[in-house]
Amino acid sequence: MSSSPYPAPTPKPLIGSGKTEKKSRIDPWWGLVAVVVGLILILNFASPDPYNRILVFLKDGIWVTVKITIISFLLVMVLGLLVGLARLSKSTIVRGIATVYVEVIRGIPMMVQIIFWYFASPAIVQEIGVSLNNATLANFRPDGTTMAIFGLTFGYAAYMSEVYRAGIQSISRGQMEAARSLGMTYFQAMRYVILPQAVRVILPPVGNEFITLLKDTALVSAVAVPDMTRRGREFQASTFIIIETWVMVALVYLVMTLLATRLVSWVEKRSKFER
Amino acid sequence: MEPIIHIENVHKWFGSVHALQGVNLDILKGQVVVVIGPSGSGKSTLLRCINRLEEFDEGRIVVDGIPLDSAQNINAVRTEVGMVFQSFNLFPHLSVLDNILLAQKVVRKRSQIESENKARSLLEKVGIPDKANFYPLQLSGGQQQRVAIARALAMDPKIMLFDEPTSALDPEMIQEVLDVMTDLAHEGMTMVVVSHEMGFARAAADRAILMDGGQIVEEAPPEILFTNPKQERTKSFLSKIL
Repeated sequence: MSSSPYPAPTPKPLIGSGKTEKKSRIDPWWGLVAVVVGLILILNFASPDPYNRILVFLKDGIWVTVKITIISFLLVMVLGLLVGLARLSKSTIVRGIATVYVEVIRGIPMMVQIIFWYFASPAIVQEIGVSLNNATLANFRPDGTTMAIFGLTFGYAAYMSEVYRAGIQSISRGQMEAARSLGMTYFQAMRYVILPQAVRVILPPVGNEFITLLKDTALVSAVAVPDMTRRGREFQASTFIIIETWVMVALVYLVMTLLATRLVSWVEKRSKFER
Repeated sequence: MEPIIHIENVHKWFGSVHALQGVNLDILKGQVVVVIGPSGSGKSTLLRCINRLEEFDEGRIVVDGIPLDSAQNINAVRTEVGMVFQSFNLFPHLSVLDNILLAQKVVRKRSQIESENKARSLLEKVGIPDKANFYPLQLSGGQQQRVAIARALAMDPKIMLFDEPTSALDPEMIQEVLDVMTDLAHEGMTMVVVSHEMGFARAAADRAILMDGGQIVEEAPPEILFTNPKQERTKSFLSKIL
């Protein structure tokens, strides 16, 4: 994308000096993150067997979980925006398709959707391949991570589109009218006027979706994706260490979600309106 | 002389409400037209039809030789027509300066230097050059409305539409906005103003129009319409607001 046509934010004005002084105080909720990290470290060093063994075994899975979360979330942000805009479209057909998509997806459990993408959708492609005598399609066998990302993206985009829609609708009509009356196209008005304001409104629910998505990545363990939950199950199956394994898995998930919460609230604070 | 705004038999329905009932109006270049009338009379709707913020159902509007039909024409007309709203509608996430820069850059494709020079000279013109780096919500209502006028003027419009520009303002801020509008009128800008400000109408307007029930009831120069109207409807309306 080319550079933004208007310049970086101008310096802050000098009024409301009581409010503008920078707060250097660290958010106390970081303490909770520190406590959980500390707990993991204590377990790890005070009792390396089994906790260190578990952590080492989980390491690959943690990376898979992080990767799936971030890739899916980025795709969800894009697809969700497109569906959200489609839901607000003047065209009955576009709006209808988007609405059906949202209603169908929201009515099916995430777990079932992921299983569908991994097991059922390749089978459909294979049957089409057989009937068309196409060897590539008939032997179609996608990898689990890709299909898991597909499933999470399609599922979460439906929810995210509603977040976008609510955010866009919360911006007064006058903003769009002012932008259009200056000669901007619909998409220019969206990009430069409506969305920058809507983003501030939807940050809290978007952060919420991110954290929910992070936790729901555990569902992909059902379709042979070696994420953290899957690795936990494998470790338990081979060692019969049950309690310690799931304590550690839970703690690592907790660190990730707490960090995500801090990240969201930091972004939120930075994007407050100037008043 | 070819009118710069030609409105011909325009009808508009909101559901079952017949908001505009065959309005005809020609406005010449440089004319200042004040539209008055009770609420619900269709005066704002008529104004919003001129730059197609409102779609009309029947009739024809031609602005500066461009008929309002295709989407392309609508955007072309909108770049020639500036609009000022009752509720200002400044972009709250952008500084005053950026409010005035945005459309210049995005629509007119002007450079940073050119658009900033333009913005600063317009802020000078509306009397608030020192507020460039403030955000809209840090300004008073009167100042915000003057920024909104500057923002519209930055596009070098041939026509300015004002939709009750002072109705949302505290009494002591009305005059500063009217002064800017009066200057603009004296510079020869074509203006259509929906407003009940008689002082402005007398000082700056060439024509005054009373609308009621989606129709133009009476038209005359402002001194005559306000002091010696012919229609009973005009008399009874004026007796309520004067």
